[in-house]
This record gives sequence, structure tokens and C-alpha cells, in this order.
Amino acid sequence: MGFPRYQNNDLTKGTNLAETAVFRAERIGKSYPGVRANDDVSFAVAPGEIHALLGENGAGKSTLVKMIYGLVRPDDGQMFLMGQPHHPADPRAARAAGVAMVFQHFSLFDALTVAENIALGMENPPPRRTLSDRITQVSHEFGLPLNPARRIATLSAGERQRVEIIRCLLQNPRLLIMDEPTSVLTPQEAELLFATLRKLAGQGTAILYISHKLEEIRAHCDRATILRGGKVMGSADPRAHSARELAAMMVGGQMREIDRSGRVAGDVLLQMENVSAPAPSAEGTALKGISLAVRSGEILGIGGVAGNGQEELLSVLSGEVLTRPGSVTLEGRDLSQAGPEARRLAGLLAAPEDRLGHAAVPDFSLTDNTLLTAGGRKVLVRNGMIDHRAARAFAEEVIKGYDVRTPGPGTAARALSGGNLQKFVIGREVMQAPRVLAVNQPTWGVDAGAAAAVRQSLLDLARAGAGVIVISQDLDELMELSDRFCALNEGRLSDPRPTEGLTLDEIGLMLGGAHGMAEAQI
Amino acid sequence: MIDLTTLIPMLMAASTPILFAALGELIVERAGVLNLGVEGMMIVGALAGFATAVATGNPYLGFVAAAVAGAAVSMVFALLTQVLLANQVASGLALTMFGLGLAALFGKAYEGIKAPAMGPGPLGLNWIVWLGLASVPAIWWFLNRTRPGLILRGVGENHDAAHGLGHPVRRVRTGAIAFGGAMAGIGGAFISIAIVLQWTEGMTAGAGWIALAIVVFSNWTAPGVLAGAWLFGGVTVLQLRLQAAGVAVPVQLLSMAPYLATILVLVLISARQKFSRRAGLGAPGSLGQNFHALR
Repeated sequence: MGFPRYQNNDLTKGTNLAETAVFRAERIGKSYPGVRANDDVSFAVAPGEIHALLGENGAGKSTLVKMIYGLVRPDDGQMFLMGQPHHPADPRAARAAGVAMVFQHFSLFDALTVAENIALGMENPPPRRTLSDRITQVSHEFGLPLNPARRIATLSAGERQRVEIIRCLLQNPRLLIMDEPTSVLTPQEAELLFATLRKLAGQGTAILYISHKLEEIRAHCDRATILRGGKVMGSADPRAHSARELAAMMVGGQMREIDRSGRVAGDVLLQMENVSAPAPSAEGTALKGISLAVRSGEILGIGGVAGNGQEELLSVLSGEVLTRPGSVTLEGRDLSQAGPEARRLAGLLAAPEDRLGHAAVPDFSLTDNTLLTAGGRKVLVRNGMIDHRAARAFAEEVIKGYDVRTPGPGTAARALSGGNLQKFVIGREVMQAPRVLAVNQPTWGVDAGAAAAVRQSLLDLARAGAGVIVISQDLDELMELSDRFCALNEGRLSDPRPTEGLTLDEIGLMLGGAHGMAEAQI
Repeated sequence: MIDLTTLIPMLMAASTPILFAALGELIVERAGVLNLGVEGMMIVGALAGFATAVATGNPYLGFVAAAVAGAAVSMVFALLTQVLLANQVASGLALTMFGLGLAALFGKAYEGIKAPAMGPGPLGLNWIVWLGLASVPAIWWFLNRTRPGLILRGVGENHDAAHGLGHPVRRVRTGAIAFGGAMAGIGGAFISIAIVLQWTEGMTAGAGWIALAIVVFSNWTAPGVLAGAWLFGGVTVLQLRLQAAGVAVPVQLLSMAPYLATILVLVLISARQKFSRRAGLGAPGSLGQNFHALR
């Protein structure tokens, strides 16, 4: 193959994991000002093992792997790689020792080519042509086809991740760290990823897999170490436990049951009739003849693989894109020509998918961010002057009501973890008591505890008589929340079906042609 | 009629200062740093080069001194933006004003003195002109074919990713800023030593700002910088010639032409990006943003 894997057979002999482990951490600790990110963390990863690191946002998973990869230095404790002390001063040292990492947020350079990106992540890259050949060869070997001359900006999320994985594979890692790799992948891209990981593990590479998708971990990981509040809560065989039990270990205590009761479907609140909109950009999707209706007390779920018009549909609902007169009505009132603020005042609110940059301004404080959507509806602005006291009070209300973990309303949105910011963004809209709320991917990249809180708040909102539209790629979420389900496929919306009694096969048929999502889900 | 054999040397001379300064700024911006202090670094280089050339009688030593002086003042900017994480736009503007003031203060003693003569090099163009022309392929090669060049582009494109991969973002940027300062210094010295042949206050007369515009015009490529420098230099020369020939075109219109060309190019570039989805064009992704790593 011209691509030797290490063949250190005595690794797998012996019985004590402490001796055979590829990686071992002993009593690792790390503090940041005001936070003990890791405390007395010990665990070991065996060769050929896919080892899950489970924990909520802020449990210390990322800090831990950053220490292994040399981005952060531990305050105390010891790490061992292949039995040797492992204290990398920087990622180069970690890579030289045999650690490779695929980042949660892609560490890629958009304007550079695949080959250039891979060269930047290697210590001594071979000459350009040799490198291109090796990329092609390794990518075919693992069934991850990649063209080394393509620019990153032209690749899909799945292809981008391939680049990161190939970059790691070219270094023959002993330990491969993956930080929430499937959060941006379609189901079948995720399947392909797991097949690759299995292959790698079969060759003896140890894989440390971070995720909070419990079903995924149960299906694919050999062992799980559970972190909570920076401490190891124990290790478990994920196959021997249910997702519920794992979640309980992660959160510490029972997961709250979602309460769907008490909702009564009333009159139609929002009606959309035959709405079409051109694609906003070359990458966008055109909406084609979309009709929908949402009743009071009802949750309408819209499923589909990302890129089939979800963002475009939300922008037509929010008022960022205007449509033909009469095509969008709220309680009989025509809002099709009204912009976002007018729609908010009328009672139609929206929470877009992209938290940082679309739903919230990253460098604004939480108080200022509440002003952006609640300024009119909560009367935080009078005669063009901001009522700071009221804005702050409303921000505090959202923080308290939604258990947003932050020092206070003066904190910049950027400083919040993804889950906390999502709770804030959803809370900000829900607490404005909308008549109809449209949300896109409400729990994307959010841990189990926060996701449950967000979902419950949407149900509570519907119980209070509002209509809710949930656009999501997460079918479990849609089955849990929605009363009626439609599929969005290449800008077209299917007819709604009652969720009750709907089987995955039927959903698969509804999503039919949506890039094979159907097969992957069934 | 305009004679080509005199026009080309004039064009080369007029374009060399902005070529040097813009090539330096190109490297700085490809590393993700926006240094608006080019004008300040040029004028400091102009004075340091002139003073050294006068003191030693050797104009080439003057260029060496100008490079050192330009790099030295650029380190003020590096300290502000890379260590103290100050805003790059404000720091760059401050550097320009600082440089202009500094040079005016120490330049008083050199007013009215004539620079030592520079001998002509091959084809009647002096060696510094040739150095500038040779820098274009050298910088292109450095950026596109060498590993340090790749790392520099990576740092400029996405500093968080570069840091995550273990590349020293701030060290790379400081080096780029020093190089930019040295090139701006040489460009400034070319004005005082090779074009005007004496020192006058504020003699760079906005050349640094033109260099900044050229980097944008070039779409951040070395050959583009050369084209831009020739365009600006050419229009400057043409404008002088046309005036001398008594052509009745308002001087102001001719002076505007290079800037209008830049705006036109920017419009074309953004139109192309919008409609063709081609990436890899345009500004480096992290341009103008400070990098702060959490350890």
C-alpha cells in the first residue's frame, strides 16, 4: 500500500488495560478563572477501541481532548501515550507522538485546496504531486473519494469532514480524536464515517469519540467514559444501557419526561398559500408552491435533509423574504408584504438555525440581543430611545426562565456555549408570547438536557394556544413534538400527515428522493 | 508625440515605489493583517534612506537603511496589534501619522541637500527597479510553492484553524509585518534617492495609500500587484506627459483614473464571486481580525 500502519502486536497482549492502553490519563486537572474544567480525570483507551466521551455541554470534554492534542496544558496529572509520558507542548508535538484530531468546527481553510489543507496539517508534507497521489490513494482505500485539487469552499459538509479525516489518516495516528463529527452530517454520511472508523479500529487505531448523540454512541462505540462537571462519573458499556440510562448518567438524575398533554387544536392561525421564491444564492434552494396551515395549539413538524429549502422557508416566514400579496396570512391578516419587525408586532416570530450571526449578534451583550427581536413587541424601545432597564430585565427573565448558564445579561452572545445560546434564543422568542413561532433546527448541537428543555418550552407554548412550526433534520425530535408532519424536499413541501401512527417507512416515502435520507433512516 | 524609449523608464521609475510598498502589504494582508500604516513606513524609509545615502555617499546603503527603518517602525504596529491586540485600522492610521510626524521632525536637517547619484543598471534602469521586478515572481513563488508561504496563507485565511493545527499565528504575522515595513521603507527611499533626489516633508504624497488600493485591485496576487503598479505609474507618467504636451484634458480627471479603475475592478470581482461561486478569490478570510488564543 505504501502506507504502513504500525504493527505493534504486543499492544494487544497482556491483560491489564493500564499497560496495553494506547492512551491513559491519570488524575488530570485543569482550571480556568472561575471554572474547574477538568478535575481528577482518569481513563484509558485500548487499541482498536472506539471509546466514547459522553457529557453535556460544559462537562469538560473539549478541554480534555485539547490537552491530549497539545492545545491546552493540564495543571496537574499525567498522560501516557503508548506507555510513554505524553505532555505535548503544542499540536505539532502531539501529532509527532501519534495523536490526530478532527475538530467539531472544521479547521479548514476555505480558499485553499484540499491538498494544501492537508499539507498544513502535516509535519513534513511530501512534495505537492506525491501528496496529491497519496490523498487520492488513501481516500480510495477508505472509500472516501476526494479530489485533491478542489477548493474547500466548493465542498459539502460531509466532503469537508473527509478532508479532515484523510489529513489524520495520512499521519498513521495511534489515537484519533473526533469531536462531535456527525453534527453536520446527513445520516448516510454518518454511516460512511462509522464504516471508516470501524476499518481504522480494525487496524488497531484507538478512537476517542465525542458526541452527545446517545443512539449513535450505543450503536457504534465499544466503551463510554461519562463526564459531568469536569469529573469522570464512570465508564459504561453503551450497548448494555438504554439511551435513557446513559442520559441520566450524563445529566445526573432522571431526564424529565416530555409532557405533551393539554393541547387543543383550535382555529387556523397562520396560512401560507402557494408560496414560491427564487433561490437566494447559487447554493440556495428555490421554494416551489409551498402551502401550509398551522392551528392554535398545534405543532407542525417539517422534516428533510439540510439544503432542501429549510432556511429559505424560514426566511419567507420571518419576513426576510417577501412573497406575493395574500400568500402569508396570520389570523386573516395579510403579512406577505410585511417585514420581520411588522410580523413580530403582529405575532409571527421566528428563530433561525444559525445562532451566531443570524439569531444573535456574536459581539452584542445578551441585553442588546434581546432588543433585536423584542424591542417592539416587549416595548423596550420608546420614541426611538432604548429603555435599558426594561431590556435588561427582560434578558434576565429569559436567562432565569430558560436556565441559561451565563454570568449575566451583560455577557456577549459569543461567550455562551452553543446549548446555552440556543436556550436563550428560543427563550427570547417564546417569552414574547407569539401567536405563531417558527423555529429551524431548535436543538442542533445542543446537549440532551438543554434539548429537552427547548422542546418542552415549545410544547408549553403550544399548550398556551400558540401555533408552532418546527423545521428539523432530527426525525426523533419531530416525532416527539409534532402533531402533523410534512417533508420538505428540494423546495417542495409534502401534504401534512398526522404524526400519530406514522411509521418510519411512511416518513421514508414522504422524504423519498431526499438524497437517500429515507434508506438511512429506515 | 510620446517617445516609448523615454516613456518606459519613466513608467518603471514611477511605479517602483508603489510596487515595493504594495508587494510588502500583499504579504502582510495574506497573513491576515491590515496595516494601514504603509504611508508612514514609506516616509520613514524615505528619510532614513536619504540620510544614510548622504552620510555614506552610497545610495545602496541608503536602501538597506530604509528597509531596516521601515521594519523598525512596523514593529510598533506589530507590538500594538499582535501583542496588545489593539484594533488594526486605528493602529495603522496612527502609524501613518506617527511616521509622517517623525520624518518631518528629523528631516529638517536634510532639506536642500542633494542625494548621491545612482548609476544606471541594465537597459538604463537602476538596480532597485530590477529588484522590484524580480520580487514579483519571487513573492508569487514564495506564496504558492513554498511551505512557509502556505502557512502564511493559512494563517491569513483562518487563524483559528491555523492555531488549532499548531502554526504560530502571531509569530508568522509579526514576520509578515516586518517584511511589509522593510518593503515600504525601500519604496519610500526610492522616491527620495532615485526620483526626487532630495528630501522634502511629506514627499511620499499618498503613495502608501495607492499601494493599499493596489493590493485590493490585485485581488491579493503578486502579478496583480505588478499590473496595478504599472497602471498607476503609467497614468501618473501619462498625465505628466499630456500636461507637458498641452493636451486639454483636466489634470484632475487623469488623476482620478487609477482610482476609478480600482473601483471598477472591485465591482467586477464581487460580481464574479456572486454569480460563479468560485472561491479562492478576494480577501483573506481573517483579514483585519486580531487573534487571541485561549490557553
